[in-house]
This record gives sequence, structure tokens and C-alpha cells, in this order.
Amino acid sequence: MTEPAPVLRIRNISKRFGELLANDAISLTLDSGEVLALLGENGAGKSTLMSILFGHYVADAGDIEVFGKPLPPGNPRIALNAGIGMVHQHFTLADNLSVLDNIVLGSEPLWQPFSNRRAARTKLLDVAHRFGLPVDPDARVGTLSVGERQRVEILKALYRGARILILDEPTAVLTPQESESLFATLAQMVAQGLSIIFISHKLGEVLRVSDRVAVLRAGKLVAEAATKGVTQAQLAQWMVGHGVDAAERQPTRVRGGSVCALERVSTARRGREYLRDVSLALHAGEIVAIAGVSGNGQAALANLLCGTLSAEHGSVTLLDAPLPAEPDRLVQLGVARVPEDRHAVGVVGDLPVWENALSERLSSPAFSRGGWIRGTAARAHAQTIVKRFDVRGGGLTTAARSLSGGNMQKLILGRALTPPAGAVAAKLIVAHQPTWGLDIGAVAFVQQQLVAARDAGAAVLLISDDLDEVMALGDRIAVMHAGALTEALPAEQWTRETIGLAMAGSHAASTPGAERAA
Amino acid sequence: MRLEKRNESSALVLIAAPFAAVAFTLSVAALLVLWAGAPVGRTYSLLLQGGFGSVFAWSETLTRATPLILSGLAATVAFKARLFNIGAEGQLYAGALAAIAVGGLHGGTGLEWSPWILFPLMIVAAALAGAALLLGPALMKQKLGVDEVVTTLLFNFIVLLFVGAMLDGPMKDPTAMGWPQSVALNGELELGKLIEGTRVHSGLLFAAFLAVAMWALFRFTTLGFRIRAVGANARAAAFAGIPVTGTVVMVALLSGGLAGVAGAIEVAGRTGYVTLDMSPGYGYSGIVIAMLAGLHPIGVLLASIFVAGVLVGADSMSRAIGVPTYIADVIVATSLLSVLVATLLTQYRVRWK
Repeated sequence: MTEPAPVLRIRNISKRFGELLANDAISLTLDSGEVLALLGENGAGKSTLMSILFGHYVADAGDIEVFGKPLPPGNPRIALNAGIGMVHQHFTLADNLSVLDNIVLGSEPLWQPFSNRRAARTKLLDVAHRFGLPVDPDARVGTLSVGERQRVEILKALYRGARILILDEPTAVLTPQESESLFATLAQMVAQGLSIIFISHKLGEVLRVSDRVAVLRAGKLVAEAATKGVTQAQLAQWMVGHGVDAAERQPTRVRGGSVCALERVSTARRGREYLRDVSLALHAGEIVAIAGVSGNGQAALANLLCGTLSAEHGSVTLLDAPLPAEPDRLVQLGVARVPEDRHAVGVVGDLPVWENALSERLSSPAFSRGGWIRGTAARAHAQTIVKRFDVRGGGLTTAARSLSGGNMQKLILGRALTPPAGAVAAKLIVAHQPTWGLDIGAVAFVQQQLVAARDAGAAVLLISDDLDEVMALGDRIAVMHAGALTEALPAEQWTRETIGLAMAGSHAASTPGAERAA
Repeated sequence: MRLEKRNESSALVLIAAPFAAVAFTLSVAALLVLWAGAPVGRTYSLLLQGGFGSVFAWSETLTRATPLILSGLAATVAFKARLFNIGAEGQLYAGALAAIAVGGLHGGTGLEWSPWILFPLMIVAAALAGAALLLGPALMKQKLGVDEVVTTLLFNFIVLLFVGAMLDGPMKDPTAMGWPQSVALNGELELGKLIEGTRVHSGLLFAAFLAVAMWALFRFTTLGFRIRAVGANARAAAFAGIPVTGTVVMVALLSGGLAGVAGAIEVAGRTGYVTLDMSPGYGYSGIVIAMLAGLHPIGVLLASIFVAGVLVGADSMSRAIGVPTYIADVIVATSLLSVLVATLLTQYRVRWK
């Protein structure tokens, strides 16, 4: 791609938050009709840079030019008018409104008494047709699938005349098939002369869709190259600053008896987030990985096994006894729990590290007697966890809120996997999105801990919407869709494609392996 | 203008914030003093003298501080768990009424029990009366999602009307010449004076002891841990296996109980009977005090003495100079607002642009 004038030129942008230099003199250009992949770990400065571009933050230094004209800082509306459109990872749509209403919302002045719906509809259909994004303007957004909602978000940006489109982790919520369709859309948009910045940390798709790739690390632009000619290993090395060994599958050696079993379990219905007739057996010394687009019942499954949700029908047994729906009983019985949302559920952010290390086992005789906390013992235990799981970024009395995501996750994992003296070791581990949003180093650490716990004889349930993780760790894999779970089959009997089909709820894929393996 | 979250708030800033807020409050109130046509320096010095300038001033301030400490602790424990109890005023009256029911009606008429039994019974009855009033709102909040600010606030009016009915009915003092006033407390149940010839009574020591006890509760006990965890993040607390509803109910009993005890101690230490104006809003002032103290039980002691000193000092100041006593209410109310802003500023910094 060699166009004469770049559509976007970022020059020497720097932004500092307190001690942290989030962006350090970053310069980038985006050419017309180009897909630029912006790659970097969490905290590398991608979001900060895009927030500056979109006017949410004001840079400390540097300037931005759009279509040859300087862009005044700090005003999202000016950025919009200049033709910059952003599609956030978390959609900003109103579920109860129609597609058309969502797209018109905010694009008309408040004091205009009537909205000109007919003109809006014509314009929307025209834009949809031009970029190959078919859509029903009257459908309620709440009834759309995640892929369709993303399409609405993209249309919203295009409707407002965006000519530079920023996509923030667009595939994080999509099935592999939906991702494919997104990539096709991107190609069509580029053919129409749009320029795209594609933010991601998934190396494979970056290589697939982009023309050029820019890598950020610790606030600095460390590499910029044409995508043709770079390899995944090269990209990974740029991202983390040193060589990374690809995760190697280490299949289980000893599969023990059943630790936990679900027998035709259903839970109360909340949209797609419920369980429908789910059966599953978890064995000692084995990782069962659950794939699926999040929001299809994974939270219900995790909550059920974490003691915060009860089944409506069916039975759940733990070690041949009914599973109690009380978190503290479960912890005593040896269930180690890693919740999906570590900030809101995993820790109490305002309390110090040592109290968070204690919170699950407050009534254990090791840490309290007659209602009084045994502070010395509790702090010593917290110190053990901090040391064994390498929790950095503060002492025992630091508020847990100020830990980074990776260190917070290590604290939660350490708390779950470190029984105090006299308590049973973890027999069942329920890990819901344990590596979501972590940097590569922390991801590797968490995954190693899960494998190590399995090798020590624990049954592990890993719920993840990262397909790579599911395939790398799962000894058996099952797929969730709309509350239903496929049979958990050995990992070798699945392929990326069959998992993808099952994630989309295709019926043919729900019973795949049997014939394939035969 | 926008607010940016601070990464860390230093301990110094956290301690300095309430003092800065008080300083700001006094300078705002100074404008009103000027408006009233009085010299600011003399007004404040009279106020200070009236509140803290002599043994008598101190005794009056500490007398006033006693119920404030108890209602401040009631608000502190509730707010710590994010149970916003605005009903301490009503709970205080309920406690006062219960104290008379045990120590006035029976004590005066035939039940010849020793004060060693009757006094604890009176305190327990007052605590139960206050606790019972808060139990309903707490359960409605946990089970039905009913906003406890609304329910506890409305209960205050119900309780005051009930007190009025009792003072005109079954508890009416027949010797009060028609004044709406309850029968008097059995004299044996009255609290001893700490200093001869003043009104400061041993209830102050009891209140101070409860403040220290609450500090220990928060710091060293599992219940205190549960209260702090539920208040800071109820979802995470529930995930960790802390019984959230049970903890909130416990907090309701403690908070309502403390407010009820405040009423009993006022009756036993100061008034000797219940009237409809025995509390000039102690229950509401407790909220201000809890916020001024940053929800720290020992801070409640200091904040109560500050607020009591302002109220007492303003009384004596207004007798000497033409500034109405309402200046005290303005100071107390403004200090609440400035403390809220100061607390916000310890967590966020303001960016102009």
C-alpha cells in the first residue's frame, strides 16, 4: 500500500499518568485504504493512544493530523466530525430500541422536534448496501446476536461519515465463523476507501487481516513493519520483549475417579444466561475446558459450582454428596474458585491484600477463634500466598484495588489453591476466564498453575472464550450454546471448525466427534 | 472540568481532610457573621470560650456530646456496611420511651426490683426498641430491595407521633399540669454526675467505652471484617462466603440498638423523663458526626466533642452578641458538606480542561 498522503498522522504523542508513562513519543501514520494492526499487551498503551485520538484524553505532547488538517485535542465530537469512528469492545447500544433508533440516537440535535426517520432509513440502507453490511433497521437490538450487534456498531460509525474506523478487540466476543465474516466486511470497507486501525493481541488474526502492523510495549512504539514477511514468533517477541515459547499441550497422564457430576441440571432462565439440561462429569487429574461465546450459560455454570446459584432441576454432586450452595462450605470441601470478574467479585478492592487472602476462610479455626481474627496467623498465611504466587505491586497492607490485573489474579488463585494447615487441598478447581485481560507472562503463570494442580490430582473446570486457551489446556472439551452443553469429548476429537460450529449452536456440530473419531 | 481518580491517597491527606473541611466551614460561616453585623474575631472567640473556655463550658459540651457519640456510632456502624440508617432520631426516642417503660412505670409503681437488675434491663430494653425499629427496613432492603433511606426516614415521623400519643396517654405524667411529658424515671436509676454541680454524667464514660469497643470490633473480630467487606463490595463478600443478609441484620441490630441506648442514657443522665423536644436532632447530627469522623469510631469521639462545642458555644455567644444561635446549625451542616467534598478530593483530583 503506497498512497501519497496519509489520512492520519500521529506525531510524538506522549501521555503521562502520575508515575506511568503510558505513551512515550509515539509516531504513526495510517494510509488511505489500509488496515493497520495495533498490537500490544494489556497496559502497553494502545487504549491510551486511541483515547487521545478520539478526544477522551489530552496528550501531554505531540499532535495529530487528520486528512492533512490538525485535530484539536480533547473533543470527541470534533474527532467524529473529522471522520474518526470507534467501535468499542463493549457495545454502546440500547437493547430496547430498534437498529435505526440506535443509529440515529445522538446524531441529531436535541432541539430538533421531530426526527427525520424516512431520510435516516434511506441513508442507513444506502450505507449498509455500500459496505456489504445487511441489516434490518426495525429489528430490536436486544434480539440480535453478538455478531449482528457489532455490525450495528460499525454501521453507526459509518452512518456518521467515519472514514477512519478504529476497532478495539473486535473478535473478542465473536465465534470463529463470525470473525471470518467480520474479516470479509473489513476487506470490503477497505475496497471502498476506508482506513482501519485494528487493535488486537491475537497474533493469528493480526497476520490475517492487516497490511501493516505496529507494536507497542510499555508505552513505546517498538516495531512497525509490513505484515507480509513477519511471523507470529517475531510479533510475540516484539510484544513481550523476549522470546516466548508457544504453549505446548501437556495431556493428562492419570485420569482419576469422578469428583463432581452434574446430572441434567437446569437453572432459572435469564436471557441466554442459564443452564438447560446440562450433564457433565469432572474427573480427578483432568482439565475439562468449556468453550463458547460468553453469555451462553457459562456464568450460570460457574456460579452453580461456586455456590452462588442453585439448580432448579437436576442434581449436582461433589464427592458423591449433594453440592452445598454455600461458598464457605464449598471452600472447606476443597473447591478452589476463580471468578470471572476479579475486580467486582474476586476481591474487595478497598480491603488490604492480607484481608483479601483471608476472606474465603474467615471462619476456619486456623484464622479465627471465638469471633476474634488471629491476625498474626492470617498475615503469615497471606505472606505465604504472596511469596508462592509471586504477587507483586505492594505489601500485605496495600489495598487490593491498586494491584495490577495479573497480580490480583495471582492473589485470587493463590488464595484458592493454598489451603491453611488442617484444611483439605483443592479437589475441584473452577476457573472462569482466568486469563482474561492478563499480559502474556501472567497468562503463562496462571495456566501453569492450573496444569500443576491437575497433575497433583485436582479436577479442573476451565471456562474460557479464548479458543486457543481451550485447545491448549483442555484434556476434554465441551461447548456451550444458549444454555446447553455438548458432550465433553477428548480434545483430539475436536477441530477449530467443529468447535466454532458448536459455539454458533449448529445442531450438526453438537454430536461431532463420534463419527469423526470412528 | 473533570475528576481523575488518584492512584494513592497518603495517610496525611486522609487525616488532614476533615480539618481542612472545618477550616473552610468556619470561613464560610464568617461571611454570615459579617452579614449579621458582628465582628468575626470576637464572635468566634466567644463561641470558643462558650464551648471550651472553662470547666463549666467543658462540662456542658461533654454533656451534649454524650448522646452525639452514641448516635454517631450508630451511624458509623450502619454506614460502614452501606446500610444508610437515617432513622437514628426515631430509634433514640423509641429507646427513651422503652427506658421509661422499664424504669419509670414499673420502677415507680410497685415492682420492687433492685436497680442492679432494673438498670441493665432498662438499657437492654432501649437497645431492643431501637434495634426493632431498624430491623424491618434492613430486611426490606435485603429481601425486597426497598431503599432504606426512605423507610428509616419515614419511621422517624411515625415514632414521634407515637411518642406524642404515649405522652398524652398511658405514660402521661399526672403531676405535669397538662404538659406533654412522661412520668419520671425512678431516681435510683439516674446516672451519677462526673463533676459535682455540673450536668456531665457517667453516660459519657459508657459512650467512650462503646467507641473503643467498636474500634476493636472493626479491627480485630470476624464480625467487624464481615461488616467492612459487605460495605466495601457486597458481591465479592458474598462470593467469599460471607453471609451478606445476616451481616446487614447484625449491623441493623447494632446501629438501632446504639441509637436506642442514646435515648435511654439521655433520660437516665440528663432529663429524667421523656418530652417531645428532648432531642434537638441528635439522631441526624449523628450522621454528620460519622461523616466528619470518616466512619472511624475514635474519630466519632472527637467529632462529637467538636459539634457539641459549637452548639454549646453558639448558645453562650448569642447571649453576648447579636448573632443568632442558628449559626451553629449552619456550621454543622456546612461542615458535613465540606467533609464530603474533602473526602472526594482525597480520592480524585480536579483537572481543569
